[in-house]
Amino acid sequence: MATPTPRVRLPATAKAGEIIEIKTLISHDMESGQRKDTDGKIVPRKIIRRFEATFNGKPVFAADWHPSISSNPYQSFFARITEAGEFAFAWTDDDGAVYRSAAKIALA
Amino acid sequence: MRSAETGARALPRRVLLTITGAGLLALPWNHAAQAQPSAAAAEIAKLLAGRTPIAGGIKLDVPAIAENGLVVPVNVEAESPMTDADHIKAVHVFAEGNPNPLVASFFYTPASGRAAASTRMRLAQTQNIVVFAETSTGAVRTVSAEVKVTIGGCGG
Repeated sequence: MATPTPRVRLPATAKAGEIIEIKTLISHDMESGQRKDTDGKIVPRKIIRRFEATFNGKPVFAADWHPSISSNPYQSFFARITEAGEFAFAWTDDDGAVYRSAAKIALA
Repeated sequence: MRSAETGARALPRRVLLTITGAGLLALPWNHAAQAQPSAAAAEIAKLLAGRTPIAGGIKLDVPAIAENGLVVPVNVEAESPMTDADHIKAVHVFAEGNPNPLVASFFYTPASGRAAASTRMRLAQTQNIVVFAETSTGAVRTVSAEVKVTIGGCGG
């Protein structure tokens, strides 16, 4: 599998106190551990199990994902913006790999 | 039940028929709730840890009919002011008829602004989606909805 590519969409600016929506998507097979290959053997589980979003180092949102999450997992959530700064996003794989992305936001 | 019957005797026939009809409609739902898979019941009991959830206070948005069980959108929002004193700490989504009933848990802070999240899930079969929201004050809220699945999404 190719290295998972995260994609994040959020506004470039926000008013102080505004609540913005953040949409994220990452390419990943999210192998559930339920599927069988052509030989009838179970394909081992390999999913992204944790997503975390922080703003200027403070936690904003996190999600624990389980095998029922679809492949190429999508996650949207909200954040209240009180100051300019940077979001950091991290996806943690079953194998311990962490995929990262970041986005800056300015006050309008 | 007894009080409902006593009350029905005094009611006009049309009202009585309506009540009986509503009772019949409610029956299959009660049956389904009791026959929920034990794996899901066990996981939910573990999450609740003796707390009694209160129905309501959560908006659960799932399709009534999902043609493709591999990708079913789910949107959930718990009503909350999201202040330091009163906010939603976590929201848990269960698919009762899936081999792994717990789909996802979402964790919030007051900086979230809204206790909302959207994702996409796999559903193996027609089943109930049950959501629990934990507030910072220790209360648990719940809501559920049925999704009819045309093609299951478990790749079996």
